[in-house]
Amino acid sequence: MNRALRLIRRRLLGAVPVLLIVVVGSFLLLEAAPGDAVDAYAVSFGGDAGMIAALREAWGLDGTPFARLTAYLWSLLHLDLGQSVAFSRPVLDVVLERLPNTLLLMGAATALSFALGSALGIVAGSRPGSFRDRFLSIGSLALYAVPGFWLGLVLVVIFTVQLRWLPLSGMETIASGKSGFGRALDIARHLVLPVASLGFLYLALYLRMMRAGMAEVWRMDFVLAGRARGLSRRRIVLRHVARNALLPLVTMLGLQSAGMLGGSVVIESLFAIPGLGRLAQEAVGARDTPLLIGIILVSAVLVIAVNLLVDIAYAALDPRVGAGEAQA
Amino acid sequence: MSDFRISRRGVLAGAAMLLASTAMPSFVFAQEPKKGGRLVVAADSEPRNLNPAIVASNGVFFVSSKVVEPLAEASFEGEDGLSPRLATSWEGSEDGKSVTFKLREGVTWHDGKPFTSADVAFSALQVWKPLQNLGRVVFKDLEAVETPDEHTAVFRFAKPTPFQLIKNALPALTAVLPKHVYDGSDIAANPANNAPVGTGPFTFAEHKAGEYYRLARNEAYWGENQPLLDEIIYRVLPDRAAAAGALEAEEVDLAAFSAVPLADLDRISKVPGIEVVTKGYEALTYQLIVEINHRRKELADLKVRQAIAHAIDKEFVVKTIFLGHAETATGPVPKNDKQFYTADVPGYAFDVAKANALLDEAGYPKGADGNRFALKLLPAPYFNETKQFGAYLRQALAEVGITAELVNNDSAAHQKAVYTDHAFDLAVAPPVFRGDPAISTTILVQSGAPDGVPFSNQGGYKNADIDALIAKAAETLDAEARTKLYYEFQQKVAEDLPLINVADWGFITVARDTVKNVSNNPRWAVSNWADTWVEK
Repeated sequence: MNRALRLIRRRLLGAVPVLLIVVVGSFLLLEAAPGDAVDAYAVSFGGDAGMIAALREAWGLDGTPFARLTAYLWSLLHLDLGQSVAFSRPVLDVVLERLPNTLLLMGAATALSFALGSALGIVAGSRPGSFRDRFLSIGSLALYAVPGFWLGLVLVVIFTVQLRWLPLSGMETIASGKSGFGRALDIARHLVLPVASLGFLYLALYLRMMRAGMAEVWRMDFVLAGRARGLSRRRIVLRHVARNALLPLVTMLGLQSAGMLGGSVVIESLFAIPGLGRLAQEAVGARDTPLLIGIILVSAVLVIAVNLLVDIAYAALDPRVGAGEAQA
Repeated sequence: MSDFRISRRGVLAGAAMLLASTAMPSFVFAQEPKKGGRLVVAADSEPRNLNPAIVASNGVFFVSSKVVEPLAEASFEGEDGLSPRLATSWEGSEDGKSVTFKLREGVTWHDGKPFTSADVAFSALQVWKPLQNLGRVVFKDLEAVETPDEHTAVFRFAKPTPFQLIKNALPALTAVLPKHVYDGSDIAANPANNAPVGTGPFTFAEHKAGEYYRLARNEAYWGENQPLLDEIIYRVLPDRAAAAGALEAEEVDLAAFSAVPLADLDRISKVPGIEVVTKGYEALTYQLIVEINHRRKELADLKVRQAIAHAIDKEFVVKTIFLGHAETATGPVPKNDKQFYTADVPGYAFDVAKANALLDEAGYPKGADGNRFALKLLPAPYFNETKQFGAYLRQALAEVGITAELVNNDSAAHQKAVYTDHAFDLAVAPPVFRGDPAISTTILVQSGAPDGVPFSNQGGYKNADIDALIAKAAETLDAEARTKLYYEFQQKVAEDLPLINVADWGFITVARDTVKNVSNNPRWAVSNWADTWVEK
């Protein structure tokens, strides 16, 4: 366990410059975009010159970019993410309100694609080149090639508009007054379609990776040795081949969940789920710099945490990993 | 999408419906309005500020007009096109320097306090005049509001102000705020701006950001037997394709402001139980215009502007971009405005040869590559139609040898580029005609607009004749004489082309047929829905 602890310490120290780069980078990017928060607001409220100047001052947008960046970093040092301009509320409140939705959606979608993808990958990889292998490989690739919003729309047309089995949008029934188990069930019903549309897309990644890894392992000597020992085919597939092919999938899971944490703007918009992806899109549209950086920071922290978990899982799965790092 | 819907199941269901419809001739019953029920409405955005007295825009009114009421609402039948709300009558003085409003008695705010003339005085002087985007223009000469008793408010103007203008401004500009909630606070930052308190038929119940707004019935509403609905839910559906799906799946009862894309209307109008309504936007006409930067040498030449006007096929724009749901425009007042519109203006028929000849005459011959000069074209991103028209205009200009470089920006960047930095040659904009040219139309061509003000003359155009006309109309009290001046205004604008009016459009409402009393006034989507009900 000592090994894991050192790993964690090293990673946490490494995270500080990463976060700093993320903050400064996204600040500069938003700075480079034409128009600021007041311009975005002026579109809807009209506004005259005096009022626009007054708003710039009130929202702290009148200084030089450098002064604003240092002020922001200073407040960040005090763990203050600032005020969202578009929502007139503390950034942390706004982000934390949306975070559970994204975590739930993305967690479920990742779990679905990982579980189903690797299971089908085992099915495909247990007999490489067989009909079921070809069928699964091509089928999953076809799903991967389909744009997410299109898959979502098709699912909506079938299951919501035609069959009326599932609700179309939102996280839960509006003002339903449900609580406890009833509410959980309600949320689950609402999540089926978005999770399916996201999960099916990434299924192919895991499936193909699992399959390719297994095809590789089949050629190894220990598989031959297992056969010679008279082990059942099932045992060879599950214990020896699949287990050894699993490692790259864990790496993939880390990368994938990092990508998914930013939320999916398309799926969240289509299914009207108030998540981080949509919030980020709104923040960019409103040129709400504190909010956008807040979202990016929270996601970055989560990505770092997930990657740390993946590394720990890796170390548990493969004793060779991290040994060198721990000695350094 | 449409291909996908042709399933055997769909065809069978459709055939059954057809059979049923021929077998049972439909009788139209005079239906008794029923009380109760929930109306679920699709909303595509969440305004940053929900206070209609500060931000007089349709996005804000869509939700807040049910909560906060104006002095009067637009009406198809009423005198002067108005029906009373918080004011029961209005009277202008001979000299144009005062208007007397009699206010409704027995009205209470949602928090139980009585509504009085003090609220009207406070709203007019502290909010409409100094803070409101449109009120700053219309009420600029408002000096005082006298309140001789609790139910009379007398507006005093420093300069004669046309009563006609005040009447036309009542629906959109006069949302009344409760003085006791706002007085002594920073009005622009008051929390009630996001949870409005009003006198309307519905109270603001809750807003879950990214999910919905909920309005609840105001049991103490002054309207007899109103409102009929128990609650209104605005579901935030940012994806437009999802709005159509939500209607079909009966998760949403109504989508206003063309939330269902025009391209989907044909299909969705055939779905049983869904109605497509084009009425109810008569006083909310949007105008598709080409804004011109007159600082650019070529565009300062009238012949070039005329050539551009001749190069645009307005009929094609209406048919192809708006799918017929629009009218071609002749000038700065839309055809559907009975008060001010005149057809007697110089016209610019679609004529490529003439456009080419005009450009030759202006001294911009085609170069070896067939091009005369290049322009930067910035279509406003607010509507699909403005973006599509930008693409069309680029092609139309290419036909006459003008190369247009299309620059697509998001809202904030467009606002800065066009209205602050003037970094454009041509721009496409969708201003709103609000029932009187003086409210938000004349500022499109009047000189002297400060930088940064959207939907104002930022093209550097200056025409002393037009400025003088606008100024004269602003102080002409006689309605007929004032209307005449605006005829002249339309002629001058069409003649000199400070901007090019292409088309005028209203929006489309798609609703389930169980929703009753839809679109029964010319600003229906932004009116109070006190008489709207749902059949169960």
